[in-house]
Amino acid sequence: MTAALYVEGLEVVFNLFRALKGVSVTVEPGESFGLVGESGSGKSTLLRAIAGLASVASGSIVVNGKTLGRRRDRDFYRQVQMVFQDPYGSLHPRQTVDRLLQEPLAIHSIGDSENRIRRALDEVGLGNGFRFRYSHQLSGGQRQRVAIARALILEPSILLLDEPTSALDASVQAEVLNLLEQVRRDRKLTFLMVSHDLAVINHMCERLMVMQNGDAVEQLAASDLASGRVGQDYTRRLLKASEGFARGRQSPSERNFPELKIKSITKQQGEHDETRPGPGRIERPSA
Amino acid sequence: MSAVEQPTMSRRGWLLSERPASRWQASLGRAYATWRRFLANRLGVFGLFIIIVLLSIAAFADQLATYSPVAGDLKNARLLPPSAQHWLGTDDLGRDIYSRIIYGSRLTLVVVMLVAVIAAPVGLLVGTVAGYAGGWTDSVLMRVTDIFLAFPKLILALSFVAALGPGIENAVLAIAITAWPPYARIARAETLTVRSSDYIKVVQQMGASPFRIVLRHIMPMCNSSLIVRVTLDMAGIILTAAGLGFVGLGAQPPLPEWGAMIASGRRFILDQWWVAAMPGMAILIVSLGFNLLGEGLRDALDPRSSDQ
Repeated sequence: MTAALYVEGLEVVFNLFRALKGVSVTVEPGESFGLVGESGSGKSTLLRAIAGLASVASGSIVVNGKTLGRRRDRDFYRQVQMVFQDPYGSLHPRQTVDRLLQEPLAIHSIGDSENRIRRALDEVGLGNGFRFRYSHQLSGGQRQRVAIARALILEPSILLLDEPTSALDASVQAEVLNLLEQVRRDRKLTFLMVSHDLAVINHMCERLMVMQNGDAVEQLAASDLASGRVGQDYTRRLLKASEGFARGRQSPSERNFPELKIKSITKQQGEHDETRPGPGRIERPSA
Repeated sequence: MSAVEQPTMSRRGWLLSERPASRWQASLGRAYATWRRFLANRLGVFGLFIIIVLLSIAAFADQLATYSPVAGDLKNARLLPPSAQHWLGTDDLGRDIYSRIIYGSRLTLVVVMLVAVIAAPVGLLVGTVAGYAGGWTDSVLMRVTDIFLAFPKLILALSFVAALGPGIENAVLAIAITAWPPYARIARAETLTVRSSDYIKVVQQMGASPFRIVLRHIMPMCNSSLIVRVTLDMAGIILTAAGLGFVGLGAQPPLPEWGAMIASGRRFILDQWWVAAMPGMAILIVSLGFNLLGEGLRDALDPRSSDQ
């Protein structure tokens, strides 16, 4: 089986600064892969380079067995979609939700937009009542749901997530994470997710890569991270830093990321004002 | 349509609904919100009132005018002061100044509208393309803009009219040629602030062509500041047109253009002041109207206040 995403020796240079120093990573289809590291470690740059938003100096990117050239073609944009960190900045302030969702369909000249938009809104748990609102009439969590719907409406196979919840407040975070989990299950999507929050990565991803100064430090399974079986000192320090508020002398495994667990149990998806739980599995025309 | 389905909801409630049911209702609601912000500014409303009066005067000039604007009574009615017969007096050819001003409003409006229609889109296109493309395209387009900006407006317009030949059409062209560079600058500045924003990155990442991004995503962000600027510039356009008329390169006699009327009244300004003063007043009032309207629009359309 070919990897969904295969990156080999990727280098990105901004004004003589090497933001990425030859990073290689392989993501299997249907896998959820996390990228962690401190600010400036190059994790977001890696994501943007894959998405085609940062120019690649050297190295190769292979998506579903197809090597990408300097110019991405339309096919690539249909297969790979990205959700940005800040839902307040990623929605056009002069467009209604309807226009926002119509745009990708228009760009790829996909018909049947009426049904697709309705389905996409249903899937992210926003009813039709949100369809003609402007983004300033939505809350942060609702905006991020719209952004996710917009990414999903092209039916991509890979979703790039750039800290999709870090701009949201804690109660909405779990809601959005649960939604992402659900669409991944339903659509068998491949996730590549950037976060500085180890709890989020641990919750969402099966494998992860730790990055520092534009270099990969190590790759490990999420279970290793949770039980503290890490190979590198840097990872250990990162773990420790993220535990800052841990009570007593609990190890990460005992601690078991309680905040997130509690949040995802108590905060049901449909609780948030008018949002209601999506129907989960809905019929989609098989692509 | 939807108003009929929901008879209990007031029209205002329907317009300001948080959950619009159609594209149409959403954009109407947005327009209504802008209108209410505009209404809060008394001076802006006053400016709009002046412009509406100007529009209706131009539309009903035939009914409002009491005499012919071009034919005068040389024998009996030369340079008469304002009176019951001639409300604003008569000029040196015995023509009724009131009727001439009424008909002149049409010329003024035509000039203002044509210049806005020609110059604003050109400026918008040049500015957004330069701002979005960057690099060489930006440098070339902006240096061309700088060349146009380097000359005083009236001088440049004068030289164009001198080259093209006098007349109101050529005056419009000349003013449009001198009016677009500031719009290009504004559009470029706005473009630079939005081009690196996430919502533009998103559409890039969806595979949109640069053409589409500029046209559908960047231009709407430039529109409001451009509309404000064009409205504020309209007073200047009127003055430039009047200036061209004044030196005899704009509207040609016997067209009742306000600037040309002032020019012809210049010779009698001490003894028959009304010949020059009346069209001058008209220019003053209309310029004031456009300026007040522009100020009001600036408050109503300011993207920074409307987004949150």
